[in-house]
Amino acid sequence: MASHQRSPAIKGAKVLMVGAGGIGCELLKTLALSGFEDIHIIDMDTIEVSNLNRQFLFRQSHVGQSKAKVARDAVLRFRPHISITSYHANVKDPDFNVDFFKQFNVVLNGLDNLDARRHVNRLCLASDVPLVESGTTGFLGQVTVHVKGKTECYECQPKPTPKTYPVCTITSTPSKFVHCIVWSKDLLFAKLFGDKNQENDLNVRSSDAASSSQQAEDVFERQNDEGIEEYARRIYDHVFGYNIEDALSNEETWKNRNRPKPLYSRDVFPEEPSQQNGNMDKNCATDDPLSVSAMASLGLKNPQDIWSLLENSRIFLEALKLFFGKREKEIGNLSFDKDDQLAVEFVTAAANIRAASFGIPLHSLFEAKGIAGNIVHAVATTNAVIAGLIVIEAIKVLQSDANNYRMTYCLEHPSRKMLLMPVEPFEPNKSCYVCSETPLLLEVNTHRSKLRDFVEKIVKAKLGMNFPLIMYGPALLYEVGDDLDEDMAANYAANLEKVLSELPSPVTGGTMLTVEDLQQEFTCNINIKHREEFDEEKEPDGMLLSGWTQAPRVEKDDNKTVGNGGSSTSNASSAMPVEAEEDDDIEIVPIGKKRKLGEISKATNPNLSDVADDDDVLVMLDGENLDVKKKKKLQ
Amino acid sequence: MDGEELTEQETALYDRQIRVWGVDAQRRLSKAHILVSGMKGTVVEFCKNIVLAGVGSLTLVDSREVTEEALSANFLIPPDENVYSGKTLAELCCDSLKDFNPMVRVSVEKGDISSFGGDFYGRFDVVVISSCSFATKKLINEKCRKVSKRVAFYTVDCRDSCGEIYVDLQNYTYSKKKLDETDECQLQYPSFEEAVAIPWRALPRKVTKLYLAMRVIERFEEAEGRNPGEISIADLPGVLKLKKELCDAQSFNESHVPDALLERLVSDTSEFPPVCAILGGILGQEVIKAISGKGDPLKNFFFFDAIDGKGIIEDISNPNPGS
Repeated sequence: MASHQRSPAIKGAKVLMVGAGGIGCELLKTLALSGFEDIHIIDMDTIEVSNLNRQFLFRQSHVGQSKAKVARDAVLRFRPHISITSYHANVKDPDFNVDFFKQFNVVLNGLDNLDARRHVNRLCLASDVPLVESGTTGFLGQVTVHVKGKTECYECQPKPTPKTYPVCTITSTPSKFVHCIVWSKDLLFAKLFGDKNQENDLNVRSSDAASSSQQAEDVFERQNDEGIEEYARRIYDHVFGYNIEDALSNEETWKNRNRPKPLYSRDVFPEEPSQQNGNMDKNCATDDPLSVSAMASLGLKNPQDIWSLLENSRIFLEALKLFFGKREKEIGNLSFDKDDQLAVEFVTAAANIRAASFGIPLHSLFEAKGIAGNIVHAVATTNAVIAGLIVIEAIKVLQSDANNYRMTYCLEHPSRKMLLMPVEPFEPNKSCYVCSETPLLLEVNTHRSKLRDFVEKIVKAKLGMNFPLIMYGPALLYEVGDDLDEDMAANYAANLEKVLSELPSPVTGGTMLTVEDLQQEFTCNINIKHREEFDEEKEPDGMLLSGWTQAPRVEKDDNKTVGNGGSSTSNASSAMPVEAEEDDDIEIVPIGKKRKLGEISKATNPNLSDVADDDDVLVMLDGENLDVKKKKKLQ
Repeated sequence: MDGEELTEQETALYDRQIRVWGVDAQRRLSKAHILVSGMKGTVVEFCKNIVLAGVGSLTLVDSREVTEEALSANFLIPPDENVYSGKTLAELCCDSLKDFNPMVRVSVEKGDISSFGGDFYGRFDVVVISSCSFATKKLINEKCRKVSKRVAFYTVDCRDSCGEIYVDLQNYTYSKKKLDETDECQLQYPSFEEAVAIPWRALPRKVTKLYLAMRVIERFEEAEGRNPGEISIADLPGVLKLKKELCDAQSFNESHVPDALLERLVSDTSEFPPVCAILGGILGQEVIKAISGKGDPLKNFFFFDAIDGKGIIEDISNPNPGS
């Protein structure tokens, strides 16, 4: 490593950084100090106050500005003569195609979501540019190296996808606080303040669908002459009182479960309605909709406090009133935003009231916000360590020092005296559908499932393709593009609505489909197998893809699922909820050869140093995709 | 901040890290006073981390003027003579560090680190020194140990692409939450002098070679009256000779201290920036743990070598503590 900064490999290198956040700031700084002179950096975000505890290139005065641009300016101040090109853009933009990637000697990721990582992985494979991946959460971090043909690609090993929950757990039988948050955020908040035309599972009932849905429509709509207080209480009584009583009427559900308690405002609030008005004056002083707050109104100052049922109920009503009173224009267009104080207050209160009803422990606003907002806890020190490790690997890559490539894990508790544990990379996984082009198998009822289902649920959601093209032999069944002529576009639109066996080139058992994403330059072959029946509970999509290395983590009753990261058909793009992690517990479990991924989440062994043989160690962490695995090593 | 509650501003700024270590720990950090000496790349990284974490105050000591070497791994100092001319390293770093977190009081203390008396060290909760000679390390460590309240003491050094951190928390008790219980843990740290006095034969067989190599270099610089880091490849024969003498004196097999490693350490004494980031990060984490009283502190040496990529903890202490 002597005279490192003068190494020609470093001086002449052209490096692409994806991400200018926690890892990005530390990385850009270290690259510049280490003698790199041509760095490109992509980030679509702007700076927020909560970034400033670790993204040290940014100042209070930069809030709202482009991260990539401000990071560049800050580093040029101590290295004025190097070249840094910043892009305030989404790495998934078509501009960042294979030709773009090909100009770089190495790509360094500092991302915070699985979707973008997969995308970059494919582009690096297609352009044959080495990729150094990384991630951190709290005190944990990792750096991995991916070189096409030599090591595993980023997708060779299963990555935990965002946790989803069965719909019935959310709508009827919550048992954990996070279930209440999902209900409160994705159902209630969405129903009251979001797009009225959106499908919503609220009030899903087992009997009498027709009349009950009509009733539900009326309930959530505010009547013309209805006072805000009246409306708010009516909603409260409906969702916490009536709906619960209705659920209780189905005996079967509660045979082996604790019965929830219906809650009505007349019982929770001892005083007269008129005494409930919080000090609206506190909120009159400002016109800024984002600073309106039910907590301020009611004098509840500390976000770390756990409110009582009464306090939560007051917040619930007050927040509802404030939305309708001060932010009426936004109603119908709002989606939950963790930085929207009033939204967070409402969601917290509603989740807590529901929790109280079901005997689930209540949480503070601070905790609730973390769960609802999928907030990843983060500190500067881990990012700094990881950045240092990234640069060390990058230099090895540039010097083609293949024997010394390492995956390095930054641990919180030492394992065999090591806090930083290097491991040799593994050979590519021969059945990885991304880098080894192994065909997948899809079981589907070709007479019932439409092409649209295939495109949305399989090609986009599971395979992570953004701009797919689907072919059966030479026949183009579907594609996406700006330059399609009208006839073709119409043809594809029509195809989407057809069942597979009735497509112009009929897709039946034994057919092999080729699916491609031109931007990712990624091709995948899928063998079709016809199957008549699917389990409504376990396979609600009516399609089963196998040979696919991603195993989604689902709860016991795998029904139709609802995620915390967005709507139920959302792609696996958001960071996962950090669930009630006390003292940064992580699940570290020794895996035997035959153990399935689903079993692993049950076992816990918090002390890594207890594991005698570190050959089979799995660390799976919610957050920025941290995993530690050992299998066949690169010889 | 003197109040008991965190302000709204602090809660907003520190949100993400409060989710890691809790409000209580954040409050303790805001009351902590840190002293740092030797503003090179690794220490600058540490200072950045500790200021971002939100400590009460940070005092810098380094009256050296700017040199090209000082700039090479230091992102706090703009390479503009108009800016840095006439100012010491500590002054320049101070100006920049203040910017990272206006809630932290950053200041400069003039003078030589070894000249301050015990009452000076008593003002601090944490002392971190770097680029110090063997004698200075011992001296300051002793002064810190003599203060009635506990002053956590650390040394950190980076040579080429390896580095060493030494930790002294004296008698340290802390509570550890394990599932549903809370354990009281107690650790006893040896002083720097005690630790390095332990005969090499008494150390675990697989002890990191870097520990031994660092001690040889340290002794060499001391014996030759050099400033730390004032060494070059020309000194290699002298260093190897000293190594042999040290090993023979304790009947320790010479081959345990590889010549190649010593050669590396004398050839390139400048700091490798990625290693500065790694050491500064680990050290930052340790200091935060000690101030907050949360988390297992490392005992008592940490080593990193970019060549093998391992970050290793070594416990260099007498197996039978007490007297």
